[in-house]
Amino acid sequence: MTRWLGLGRGATMLLVFLLGIWVATSGLLDQITIYWDDITYLTRQHVFLVASSGGAAILVGVPVGIWLSRPSMERYAETVMQVFNIGTTIPTLAVIALSMTLLGIGFPPAFFGLFVASLLPIVRNTYAGLLAVPSHLKEAATGMGMTQRQILMRVEIPNALYVIFSGIRTALAINVGTTPLAFLIGGGGLGELIFTGIDLMDTGMLLAGAVPTAALAVAVDFLMGQAQLRLIPKGVNPLR
Amino acid sequence: MIRLEDLTKRFKTPGADIVAADRVNMEVPTGEICILLGPSGCGKTTALKMINRLIPPTSGKIYIDGQDTSQLDDIQLRRNIGYVIQQIGLFPNMTIEENICVVPRLLNWDIRKARQRAADLLDLVGLDPRQFLRRYPKELSGGQQQRVGVIRALAADPPVMLMDEPFGAIDPINREIIQDEFLKMQAELKKTIMFVSHDIDEAVKMGDKIAIFRAGRIEQYDTPDMILAHPANAFVADFVGADRTLKRLRLVTAEEVASTEVPVTARSTKVSDALHQLTVAKARRAVVIDSDRRPVGFVTAEEMAGASGTVRDFAHPLPATVPVRADLRAVVSEMFAHDTMWLACTDDHGRFAGVITQPDVTAALRATYGPDKGAGPEQGAS
Repeated sequence: MTRWLGLGRGATMLLVFLLGIWVATSGLLDQITIYWDDITYLTRQHVFLVASSGGAAILVGVPVGIWLSRPSMERYAETVMQVFNIGTTIPTLAVIALSMTLLGIGFPPAFFGLFVASLLPIVRNTYAGLLAVPSHLKEAATGMGMTQRQILMRVEIPNALYVIFSGIRTALAINVGTTPLAFLIGGGGLGELIFTGIDLMDTGMLLAGAVPTAALAVAVDFLMGQAQLRLIPKGVNPLR
Repeated sequence: MIRLEDLTKRFKTPGADIVAADRVNMEVPTGEICILLGPSGCGKTTALKMINRLIPPTSGKIYIDGQDTSQLDDIQLRRNIGYVIQQIGLFPNMTIEENICVVPRLLNWDIRKARQRAADLLDLVGLDPRQFLRRYPKELSGGQQQRVGVIRALAADPPVMLMDEPFGAIDPINREIIQDEFLKMQAELKKTIMFVSHDIDEAVKMGDKIAIFRAGRIEQYDTPDMILAHPANAFVADFVGADRTLKRLRLVTAEEVASTEVPVTARSTKVSDALHQLTVAKARRAVVIDSDRRPVGFVTAEEMAGASGTVRDFAHPLPATVPVRADLRAVVSEMFAHDTMWLACTDDHGRFAGVITQPDVTAALRATYGPDKGAGPEQGAS
């Protein structure tokens, strides 16, 4: 098994190496690097959009998920979750277009559209993760004399953390992948190079946008994977 | 001491109210284990959970060590009651040490004192602290987890413990071991314990008293021996089982029944002396012991009659011996296994400690019934 994995890794390295040679000899590299200033500027804009909308989604989504999982919300939670589920089925491009009709163009609608698109998986996973905490753990905690707040902070959230983290990881993957569309409503970001490159049939410009976008998505997913591996306590982490 | 006074719980349902506990009155003296026993849905768990108010009582009072618990706030009350549940409920996100330290930390103990306590308690149940403190619950076997569940409830040294079928999810072999360990611990700690069970054998083994529940009422509250010997009504008799007299075998040890006034003789004794000894004692057989007083065989009067020589020539080996601490069930089992009417008993050092016969056993079982069947309750447990 590990031998095959090793072989696969070797083959990938070789492919990347050959691709590099091809890119360098065909002059594509020069075509990309002439946009270096644009790349750095737009990447910064792109990262800011991802971080702000993703961060806001986490800050709102987790508390909303917790709130929906409380016993006092039991009667309404399923209805609210149905609304969120329907929301998830709306394509993100449509969400972005809709937010433009509400907020005009520029940063605000882009931020709002991305925020809404990444909110849903976070709320859903937080809610589901907390509900999945076995009731005998809550009974034991109550019987030992923990307050409701202590039960939430010391028992429920730690035991739901893996599921909550998975939701955040999914949300950020969606977010990074959707951010290039922000250019369409004047939100900026690497989409500017991609879409303009497509329109001008300029492969260099296109790649100058697409390669950093892809690298960013891989990097974010890698970081989230590492965070999931290291931040979640060993006793409830299936990865450890 | 735990005292329940007219404790009642009614659940409102769309159809009719369900009475889960109907004016339950009982008292558990300090340092005793009381088993709440009954079929499922009989209200025993409801009664237990009303004590730490996981289920709020509809009416009635609960006193712990004389104090009316309705005066206390829920959180304070629960922190001073040890609670063990069938599913164990160890927190998977915490190490064993953190799990044990939960209640001490809630009570604002010094962290070092709490950690020391965790290590001491692990030692008490035979788990090596150096090995187990840093582990997570999923890295322990079921039996080990249940031991930790029990010591976690003991961590803050509460005077009262509530246990809801604590050993119900463990395989029979480990259950026996953990029950024995727990009884040994309880002999030292002397907690006042309410213990829910649906297993009559467990109740007889663990309980100082047993309360049998049916439909929210206590049918009988008495010592295990009294419940087995004198069931109050047909329901109790039926619940404890048709073999209830045999179950009582576990309540008596060989020591209480064995007769020590049995002639003993050594291998080198002359036959004539041994016969004389038997005639004086009006016995038909003597147990042969060695120089360390260990039983090694027996001789009978018939075989030695008119013979000469030493006891050595007539001695038969003993089919088996039983420790004098064993309960009568183990003794009878040995008798049946070796098709014998009597067995020699040995003490902790293997020395001869008396003889137990099948008539002794049946006499002991019969004793409680007295001359007139179903005698008064003054004839309690031994």
